[in-house]
Parts: sequence; structure tokens; C-alpha cells
Amino acid sequence: MQLQNKRPESLLDIKMHYCPGCGHGTIHRVVAEAMDELGIRSRTIGVAPVGCAVFADTYFNCDMIQGPHGRGPAEATGIKRAKPDAIVFSYQGDGDLASIGMAEIVHAAIRSENITVIFVNNAIYGMTGGQMAPTTLLGQKATTCVEGRSAKQSGYPIKMCEMLATIDGATYLERTTVHTVPGVIKTKTAIRKAFQNQIDGKGFSMVEILSMCPTNWGTRLDNPSEATKFVAESMLPVFPLGVYKDQQRTN
Amino acid sequence: MAEKKLMKGNEALAEGAVRAGCRFFAGYPITPQNEIPEYMSWRLPQAGGVFVQAESEVSAINMVYGAAATGVRCMTSSSSPGISLKQEGISYCAGADLPVFIGNVMRGGPGLGNIAGAQGDYWQATRGGGHGDYRTFVMAPDSVSEMGNFPHKCFEVAFKYRIPSMVLADGIIGQMMEPVEFINPEIDPKTLTEPAWALGVNKGREKRIVKSYDLREGYLEVMVNERVKRYKQMEANETMYEEKMMDDAEIAIVAYGTSARVSVAAMKLARENGLKVGLFRPITLWPFPKARLVELSKRIKKFLVVEMSLGQMVEDVQLSLNGRAEVHLHAKPGAAVMTADEVYRTMEAIVKKGAKEYAAAK
Repeated sequence: MQLQNKRPESLLDIKMHYCPGCGHGTIHRVVAEAMDELGIRSRTIGVAPVGCAVFADTYFNCDMIQGPHGRGPAEATGIKRAKPDAIVFSYQGDGDLASIGMAEIVHAAIRSENITVIFVNNAIYGMTGGQMAPTTLLGQKATTCVEGRSAKQSGYPIKMCEMLATIDGATYLERTTVHTVPGVIKTKTAIRKAFQNQIDGKGFSMVEILSMCPTNWGTRLDNPSEATKFVAESMLPVFPLGVYKDQQRTN
Repeated sequence: MAEKKLMKGNEALAEGAVRAGCRFFAGYPITPQNEIPEYMSWRLPQAGGVFVQAESEVSAINMVYGAAATGVRCMTSSSSPGISLKQEGISYCAGADLPVFIGNVMRGGPGLGNIAGAQGDYWQATRGGGHGDYRTFVMAPDSVSEMGNFPHKCFEVAFKYRIPSMVLADGIIGQMMEPVEFINPEIDPKTLTEPAWALGVNKGREKRIVKSYDLREGYLEVMVNERVKRYKQMEANETMYEEKMMDDAEIAIVAYGTSARVSVAAMKLARENGLKVGLFRPITLWPFPKARLVELSKRIKKFLVVEMSLGQMVEDVQLSLNGRAEVHLHAKPGAAVMTADEVYRTMEAIVKKGAKEYAAAK
């Protein structure tokens, strides 16, 4: 018998705390696989966020730092500038990156920091219990908009890839999804490219990944297809997949 | 003897940090400390270091948080409102046991306040400032020379005890020009050993994590208590103060920074008028030189705290003395500076009219 697929070296054999149907586990796995394939594990430093993925610092088998909510790109900046040989990635959710950390992500892109950002967009605050996120869809219910998000009350979902694409310093921006197998494979390719850009010194790269949160979306935990259906039918029209920026550049 | 250079306090602080091995600076403009980032912007690249102008104070302290995790000597600087913004990050540095150095050149507050020098952030600096149980090593310079030489001590203590350290100056010390002599040996960071906890490029070693949290029951308590042990060591070993004319003093002024300079003039005035006055100047505001104050209180029964605030350090003097002597206050809040004459008249009132009468007159 031949082993076809094994746990990536970059991901430790630890039982994860993520809920059934959550996308974080899959995303951790493809980030780790990309690290393995590029052979960068021993020089990678990851920045874990505040929120559900706070324990990413435990799961990834590389040096990790956990810092304040939204400040991942600032921490990554400090690490990368102090240790230019390291490969630095920031792993962030939508509340972290697109709400409290909006200034940090925008200015990291403006400076074209040579870092890799993994942005997990599931349109909800997870760990705090399902509050409205900056990416929550119009009409989507959350614990701070129980009747569904209204534009009049809370404005519109922010499209980070589209917004950051207007910034000259942004090198590579792609939006992918993990609600389908082809989507997972494409996500890994995008993450590899975002790391490769950093290895090549090309500047700021971000992969925005649409992901599921059955627990806080209120979709059935015993039927994950309800959540993947939400991504397909409700999120994709608002957050179209694709490459938003792919700038040829040598830093 | 080393060469003396005429410098602004802020520039001396920046140069002193570079000489102490600082190779990373992130900051954001705010008056009256702008000379620090300006100086660092050209000086650090010259020394092979990194300067980043951040988009905000919040981002700046988090860049420093990241850089510190890699073991480099790094710093940020700001002034009062900007330091308020950095407090969450400073709390994380304390919680993650990261040695960082912070220059705080105080201005008037609260709110936007005033851009003139003040001492209204004593509580913020010495009580931790951010959320949670922690301490910060705080040094208060009263001259441009001390601005230039204190960063060396701050880095040494920060790395020895893995704690954030701060120079708490006021805008006057930051802006004034004086000759400065850098007395510490210049540190080449390449000669420093990389800390055992530093993140970085590893070959085969176990992964390292820098974090300030532990959600498991009981573990955070262990983490904080381990830190408390280091705080106690610091209280025992790192307290600094200066005394002037204390040998025969019957009344002691307690003051730091610009207030201490004014107090020296007031003391001389008092001596000319027959009052036996001395000056006790805390150099470390945390750890506060409690033990020495208690010792002094065996023979000195009147203490006058002089500060450019509504009266903040006075509480530490009261806590230290714990009723062993009278503690009076000459407070000057609102980014104003007391005159030597005003301080002298307060002393005269205390000595001649008696404590109770003075207190009533206030």
C-alpha cells in the first residue's frame, strides 16, 4: 500500500476546536500544504488573529505570534522588516481585517509590505457569537441585526479585494472559496502564489477566501450542504471569485 | 572623557537608543516629540536599522510588537494622546513578555489638551496604562544628558526582565538644548546573543509562540504570577533616585523631570532664606524608590511633592511614607510650569505656618 496523502509537516497533529462545517480547518490545511511544497516552514512566522482562528498559533508548525484584534498586518510589517529572510503571513477573519483592522490592511498594501495575508471571509463574527460583520450580506441575519442587515441602518458589505485593487502597492489579490473541492484546490494555488510573491520580493499579496460558518449562520450542523449552498447562492453574487490584481513587480 | 554634543532632548533620546543597539523604530508624528522619528528616519538606515512611519500610533506599537518578537532592540515614541492609543499594544507586549522601549514626551491633557510640556501622565505610565495586571519600567530624565543615556538602561532592563520600558519625559526636556555626553559604551547589536524566545528563521528547532493569552483555567494566573516575581526583583534591584542637599535637610522636595529642575532653584532660594531644604528626585518612577523615602522619613518629617499635574506622584509618596511624615503638594496642572518663587513660598507656608494651616489655606 502506498500513502497517497499525509498530514502536512507544517500542520501539527492537534485536535482542532473548529465547529463542524467550518472552513478554517480546510484553510489551515491548504496554507500548510503550500508551506510544505515551497519548503518554507522553517523560516515562516505566522501572525494569528483575535477570533476563532486565535489558536492558529498552536496548529501551525512554524513560529507564530498572536496579537491584538485587527493589527496583524502591522505585526507582520514589524516582523518582516526586522527579519527580512523570514516568510511572514497574517491570518485574519473579516471582523479583524475589514472592520477594526481596516487601516492596518490598507496601509500594509499602500507600503506594499512584502507579506502574505490570508483573509477568511465568512460574513459573520464567529467567536463572539454571530454578530454582524463588515462583510455581512444585506438581509443576512446576525445577532446585532436580528431582522437582517439593512443598508439604511448598517450600510453595505465591504469588498476588500475590489477596494485594495485600487491601491498601487497591492501586488496580488485573489478571491477564492472553500465551499467546493475545485475551490479548495484553487485556494491552495492562490496561497502558493501569494507565498511565492513574497519569496520573490514582489510585495503585498492577499488571498480572500470565502468560508462557511454553519454555527453562526444558523444553517444545520448535520447538513453542511446548507452552508455551502449559502456560499454558492448568496455570497458568490456579492463576492465574485477571481484575480483582482496581479502586478508584475520586483521590489 | 567622551565628546560633548549640543542636542535637543528628543534627538538625544533617539541617538541614545541607536547607541544602545536599537535597530527598529516605528512611530507617528505628534508634538512635542517629532524630532525623535525625524532623527530616526535618517539615523537608523545609516546604522543598518529600520525606520517605519506608521499610519497611526496603534499600528506603530504593533509593528514594534512584531519586531520585538524577533528579538531585536526596537522602540516607538509618542506624546500623551498617542501613548493613550498605544496602550493596548503595550499591554500585549507586557502580556507576551516582550522587551520594548517607549519614549513618551508628555504634553498637556486631558484630551487634545495642549502641546506644551506637562507631567499629567504619571499615573498612566506607572500604573501600567493599558488593561490587565502588569508593570512597565519607567525612567524620568531631568536633562538632555539623561535623555541620551537612559535608553541604554531601559533596553538593559527590558531584556533582562522581559518587560516594556519607558522614558517618561516632559515636552520641555524633549525640546530644550543642552550639551550631552553619551557615557555608555556603544552597543553593536551583532554582538548580542539572540534571546531564546525570539521568533525567526529556525533550522530544526521546536516552533516558538509569542502570545499574551492562555484560555485554560488557572494558566493565566501562573503566567501573571511568574511575572510578579520579576517585578519584585526589579523593585529590589532597579530602583534609582538622586538626592541633593539632603544631609541636613528638614524638609524634602520630591520632584522629577522639569519640576525637579525648578525645585533645585526653589531649594537654593530657600537655603538663602534660612530654610533647610533638600531635593529627592525619583529617577525610576516604577519601581518607585519607596524604601529610601521610608529611610529618610526617620529624620525628615515634612515632604513637599512638586509636580506639573493635578497631583499624581504625590500618591506614591503618600503610599511609601504611609503616615510616617507630612506630605504636601505643590501642583501645577494644565501644561503650566511652576516658578521657583511659587515653590519657595509654598515651603515657607509649610514650615512657618504649620501644615494644618497651609492645608486650610489651599
